[in-house]
Amino acid sequence: MDFEFNNEQRDIQKAVREFAEAEMSREYMLELDRTSTYPADLLKKACDLGFLCIDIPEKYGGVGYGLTEKAIVFEELCRMGAGVGMSLGGSCFGLKVLLNSGTEEQKNRILPRACSGEGLPFSGAFTEPDKGTDIVTFPLGTTAVRKGGKYIINGTKTFITHADISKYVILLCQTDTNAKPSYKGQTTFILENPLDKPGYTVSSFEKMGWQTSHTTQISFSDFELPAENIVGKENQGFYNVMSFLTEFRIETAAAGVGMAQGVYEKAVNYAKTREAFGQKIGKFQSISHKIADMATKIETARLLLYKAAAIFDTKHDVPPHISSMAKWYGARMAVEVADDAMEIFGGHGYIIENDVARFYRDTRMLELVEGTREAQKNTIAASILGRLD
Amino acid sequence: MDIIVCVKRVPDTNEADIQISGNFINTKGLPFDVNEWDKYAVEEAVRLKEKYGGTVTAITIGDSESDDALRRAFATGADAAVRVSDDIFNGSDAVASAKILAGAISDIKHDLVLFGAQASDDGYGATGQAAAAILGLPYASLVIKLEADNGKIRATRELEAGMNEVVELPLPALLTIQSGINEPRYISIMGIRKASSKEIKVLSAGEISVNTAEIGNNSGTKTEKLFLPPVLKQTEFLTGSVDEIAVKLAQILKDKGGTF
Ligand SMILES: Cc1cc2nc3c(=O)[nH]c(=O)nc-3n(C[C@H](O)[C@H](O)[C@H](O)COP(=O)(O)OP(=O)(O)OC[C@H]3O[C@@H](n4cnc5c(N)ncnc54)[C@H](O)[C@@H]3O)c2cc1C
Repeated sequence: MDFEFNNEQRDIQKAVREFAEAEMSREYMLELDRTSTYPADLLKKACDLGFLCIDIPEKYGGVGYGLTEKAIVFEELCRMGAGVGMSLGGSCFGLKVLLNSGTEEQKNRILPRACSGEGLPFSGAFTEPDKGTDIVTFPLGTTAVRKGGKYIINGTKTFITHADISKYVILLCQTDTNAKPSYKGQTTFILENPLDKPGYTVSSFEKMGWQTSHTTQISFSDFELPAENIVGKENQGFYNVMSFLTEFRIETAAAGVGMAQGVYEKAVNYAKTREAFGQKIGKFQSISHKIADMATKIETARLLLYKAAAIFDTKHDVPPHISSMAKWYGARMAVEVADDAMEIFGGHGYIIENDVARFYRDTRMLELVEGTREAQKNTIAASILGRLD
Repeated sequence: MDIIVCVKRVPDTNEADIQISGNFINTKGLPFDVNEWDKYAVEEAVRLKEKYGGTVTAITIGDSESDDALRRAFATGADAAVRVSDDIFNGSDAVASAKILAGAISDIKHDLVLFGAQASDDGYGATGQAAAAILGLPYASLVIKLEADNGKIRATRELEAGMNEVVELPLPALLTIQSGINEPRYISIMGIRKASSKEIKVLSAGEISVNTAEIGNNSGTKTEKLFLPPVLKQTEFLTGSVDEIAVKLAQILKDKGGTF
């Protein structure tokens, strides 16, 4: 068992760190956050350097590395950027549904555009106003009805990241409303430049943090989609989305580790310089032990993250409970570390310009997206206890 | 134009609390990086190649850990890399290092040889000069701009007091590169991928033209002592109007090496 990155992985880490430290200054991150601006310039640069599509095969315009390398990139981008890092990594949300389940024609046409950045952001639209954690008990409200060579789509998807600007959307719809269980009647589609098309309306929510990515609601009203835009087989969409999410949760775990690392480093520097009662605050045991705990938690989450990524890279699959463990713990740990950092900064942590508050707000989102902490624990528990009828 | 660029892996001592053991910096746990000036030299070499064609070969002295510096050169755009490595090299000073590098350089076809102006660890600022003398190449230091023209190279040199000087050298020539000559590109993942399939040629003392009686522990200089000067508490109170204080403060910061 080798716990070291290999040379290439270290080179990748160094390359992304150099980029992030130079291009993602605190001032710039705060400015993007304050103005709720999507980091389009950074996205372009990151794509030109191969950061975002690092794990897409070369034949589709990517660089052909694995999830481990993707996690390294994502960790570094979130270390400097917090939510801005998530805006960059999250710009590929849903893309792997196409990679895993799309036709060669779809992949050849769309993936190179995505890898160049021109076809980003991607969105994945699964959640509905009354269906978040549970998309299995009742049929989805968003339906796709076949009419000749087209599907007609109606319904509402909510909390969809980037749909106000996305070039492509992976959409989960109910195609068979009579299917039992209902999730066996769900299908994935790809929408291309839907913002230009009739029957597609997007509105944005105001939210607590992660200001650089807008969280939106999409309303479909007789939205027409060519039948060839189906992704994978009809009525197999639920499985496409689940296997995608199982994989993407590992990336979200990387975001948690990166955000925690970033805010932890701020806290360490502060503890070494801030003085109270005639000494550095880091000399107070309550502060130094907090730092020891933060470091231990980050390292624990990092081990889980890279274990999950390594399993995925060798087996091209990962047991769902492993990815759920990495995700909920990585996210929870990041929230706790940001909270501790806020405490170490005292009142200065609450002041925007010190950029602890932004990490505090942005980490909280990680626990909610791609399945809440409770949903992850359900997955883990089911793998241990099975169905206790 | 075939270009050779010499690079060195150095400990990043900027942020760390430096620990000295004997006459060496204790590098355990220190992050390492490519010497800052060498990054500019590699970038300049690759830009010249992109403009005029030819090849770029990166050379370093060191054990396998120094491959980091060569992989970075590959990722930037170098075509070949050589690492000269031998226990006998340990303890080499700037001139001895220049002899070793000159030994490797003389066996490789070259029109231009680039060095960083200095290295951030031992700061001799002499290896390039010494190599030029050994190789018998025309030489210019502290270069901040480069243009090739009909078998010649025109180099702008940075002098003191903000002056520049333009010199013309016939090729082959050797130049030491000042930081700021260009903006080194970010390393791309594609570059790293490409670098991973390229081979680093490793040469021992016996495989290059160098007199082993003149290098390593037989170097002309020996380090007697390495130490951190004691910290002196100096407090200076600035007086005057806010504007005057600001001007004085700016001057002090400038004198102490601050940048604006
Ligand atoms: C910033 C942000 C961005 C998002 N981006 C996207 C996106 O791009 N695409 C997309 O499709 N969705 C997106 N979402 C939606 C997100 O995936 C859902 O919010 C999440 O799945 C939870 O669903 P819900 O909000 O409906 O909560 P609910 O499912 O209503 O859950 C409410 C509470 O009940 C708990 N709960 C529910 N079921 C159980 C159970 N069986 N056992 C125990 N507890 C349970 C939950 O854990 C939670 O605490 C985003 C959300 C946010 C906040």
